[in-house]
Parts: sequence; structure tokens; C-alpha cells
Amino acid sequence: MRHFLDIARLNHEELTHILDTAKSFTSVDGQTVKKVPLLRGKTIVNLFFEPSTRTRTTFELAAKRLSADVLNISVATSATVKGESLLDTLFSLQAMNTDTFIVRHPESGAADFIAKHVAPHVSIINAGDGRHAHPTQALLDVFTIREHHQDFSRLRVAIVGDILHSRVARSQIEALNILDTREIRVIAPRTLLPANVEQLGVRVFQNCWQGLRDVDVIIMLRLQKERMQGAFIPSEHEYFQLYGLTPERLALASPDAIVMHPGPINRGVEISSEVADGPQSMILQQVKYGIAVRMAILSIAISPGERGAGHET
Amino acid sequence: MTELDAQQLIDKLGHDTGAFMNERGITRPLLVGIRTGGVWVAERLLNILEIRDELGVLDITFYRDDFSQEGIQPTVKPSHLPLSITDRHIILIDDVLYTGRTVRAALNEIFDYGRPASVSLAILVERSGRELPIQADAIGVRLSLETRQHVQLSGPDPIVLEIVD
Repeated sequence: MRHFLDIARLNHEELTHILDTAKSFTSVDGQTVKKVPLLRGKTIVNLFFEPSTRTRTTFELAAKRLSADVLNISVATSATVKGESLLDTLFSLQAMNTDTFIVRHPESGAADFIAKHVAPHVSIINAGDGRHAHPTQALLDVFTIREHHQDFSRLRVAIVGDILHSRVARSQIEALNILDTREIRVIAPRTLLPANVEQLGVRVFQNCWQGLRDVDVIIMLRLQKERMQGAFIPSEHEYFQLYGLTPERLALASPDAIVMHPGPINRGVEISSEVADGPQSMILQQVKYGIAVRMAILSIAISPGERGAGHET
Repeated sequence: MTELDAQQLIDKLGHDTGAFMNERGITRPLLVGIRTGGVWVAERLLNILEIRDELGVLDITFYRDDFSQEGIQPTVKPSHLPLSITDRHIILIDDVLYTGRTVRAALNEIFDYGRPASVSLAILVERSGRELPIQADAIGVRLSLETRQHVQLSGPDPIVLEIVD
């Protein structure tokens, strides 16, 4: 695994290896010095063409806890506003002898495009590209689920909300399918579902009351207002009335169900504050586990045995 | 292939460890085993020395000096040390002392958890071939082996110790 571009390219064994390695990195959090020397001397570039708080900072912390040096480059301060092309920016950064680029971009396929053009010693990690994929988020989500429920073949997982615009949902569905999850449900109004959504291997519900019944995991998605041009929903208020996760709806799920959300949450739009701050909410654990999962992905991608082998693009 | 009497060596190691603890006035040591073989040996020492405290477990994968050649080991597991190791007398335990690189990595990891009062080293098989200035405080047996020979430990129950040519 030289590049980490999407979940679909992983098999069960590779995905489990990443989760197991991430589990080992959770003990670094308990050290007085929260750092291991694994990636000493490596240089990792956070290359963000789209704003992000959680993903960028947890990648930065993950790299720093592995003792790598980190460069943070966001599009507003970079040369691309001066007319430099994406590839020229990339080649300049590559000339500084950097090892890994973590790329977030509004266009689907941007990470693949960059991976095709970088030098052979450079790894690309996709930190979200358009509507296509957000593989590290999906991995930290299945990691969070696995911390609570070991056996995916017994789990019913519901993903609720804006599936259409969500790269997170796409990657989650792929990861859950690779792990042989018993049932994956998506719950959303037709306007927020992609065409042919059933082909992803999910059961579709447009009614929350039916869809949430007996599920073990509820993943709420953010309503992506910035990606919506047009009338996908009548109003945020009505959306909350129909799909918002309230204590009454959570009660339909299995009693030990967990609630997740990739963040940032819109309180009172997708999720009520009682649920977001309640005992079944794993939203802050997800952020915490995000560091360990990203440490695992970075160290596996930079592992020498992995370079030049496997998932070349 | 030669098999060694693992039980006898563990008893000898327990005896020697007790002896140097007495000598140095260590009454409540923290035993830390290096995964995997070191943990098996440490579990037995815990019984022999009648220590009731929990065992510390180190996985030194993230501290190895050969990451740039070998990469991440697929078998890595979390380390587990008690909440505070500061001012504790640590007895670090491993099955085989060979180049000394594993112990170097373990020492670095320990110091990322705190500042112990002391660290001593208990080793079941001390073999020739040191590449770093590291020596054991208590040993089960000292062997002079050729580079081609290696010591193989399997376990955890029973622990079997063999020299493979």
C-alpha cells in the first residue's frame, strides 16, 4: 500500500491489518511523551485545497506523534492563487525531499490524479476528494464500531442523511461491506440518495421510524449545505422533523446502539443536542481514534516493504 | 537442534533476580516483559518472586531501529504499562539477549512513559553477538553460539527452548 486513495482497493486482510496497527498506536496516548520515533526524519505535507479542522489537525498530530516533520499548506496561502498549476506546486514540494502528501481537494479523483504524477518515493494519502471518497474517515468509523462490537457479521448499521453528497458515506459502505457487515441501511429522502444506491449493497429506507428499528450503529451525516445548489430539502426545520436523530428515534435502535457522526455536527438539523451529548454518542471518541488510525495509515504507507508494490495507480 | 531445560533456567533466573533485588534493596519492583517471549518468562518470574502487582508489557515495534528496512511488523500489539512508572524500580525481562538492539528500543520506550528510579535486565538466555554496550543483571544461562545458530522459544505453556543450527 504505497498510496492510500480509497477503501475499495483494500481487501479484508489489509483493512484488518490497518485496524490492528491502529489499535497498537492507541497506547501512545497513555505515554507521558506522546510520541514514538518511527517516522523520524520523514517529511509529511498536509496539502489542503478545502477547509478542514478535524481531518487536518488529527493528521498533523498523527504525523507529529510518529516523530515526522509536518508542513501545512492550505490553498488560500499557497501559490495556486498566483496561477501556479497544481502539478507545479506538487513538484516544488517534492523537490524539498518530502515523503508523503496528505491531500484534500474539492474535485473527485484529485488524489488519484496526483498519485499518478508524483515521484516513485512519494506516497499520497487521500483526505477527502469531492464526492468520491474519504477513506481515513471510514476507517476511523469502523475502528470506533469495532471497539464496541467485535463481530461485524452480526451488526446492523444505519447511515442517515445526505448520502448523495457524502464521500464519507461511500467509503463507509465500502469498508462495512469488506468487513462482512450483516446489514447496511441508508436512510434518506430520495433527493439525497444517489441513483442506483441499491447497487452499493445497502437496504434503502426513506422512513426513519422503520429504518432505525433494531440497528446496532447509527451514523448520522452532516447536511452538506456548501455542496447543494438547488432545493434538495424543503427546509432544515422540516429535515429535522423527518430525519433528525432525537432520543425518541434513538430508542428504536438496539439498547446498546452507538451513535456516530463524522463532524462537524449541525445541532438541531441532523441530530438533537440530547443525543449528540448523550451516553451513546461516540462523536468525540471518533475524533480521538482518528489520530491512531491515521498514525497506522501513515506508517504503513511509508513502510519500505510497501513502496513500489501493491496498489500502484 | 538441542533442547534446553526451560523450567530449570527459569528457576535459576528467578533465583538470580531475587538475589540482585536483595543486594540493591529493591522491595517492590515493576516487572516488564518484552513481547512475546519476554512476557511468558516475566509471568513465571512474577510467581517465583511472589509479586502481586500487575505485569507491564512492552511491544517495541514502534521503537525498532530497522523500520527503514523492515517496515511495520504485522503482529504489533499495544504496549501496556501501569499509570505511573516514575520512581519505580523496573526489571525488564526478555527471553534472549543477542545484539542488544531490542533492549535499546525497550529502554527508549520506557522513558517515554516516565522516569523510573532504576532499570535492570533479567534474561533467560544470554548469547554471544552483542552490538551495543548492554549486559544483563540476572541470567538463566550464558551461551556462546555461532552466528548461524539461533535460540528459539515457543510457548506460552509449556515454554520450550531450543538451539537451532
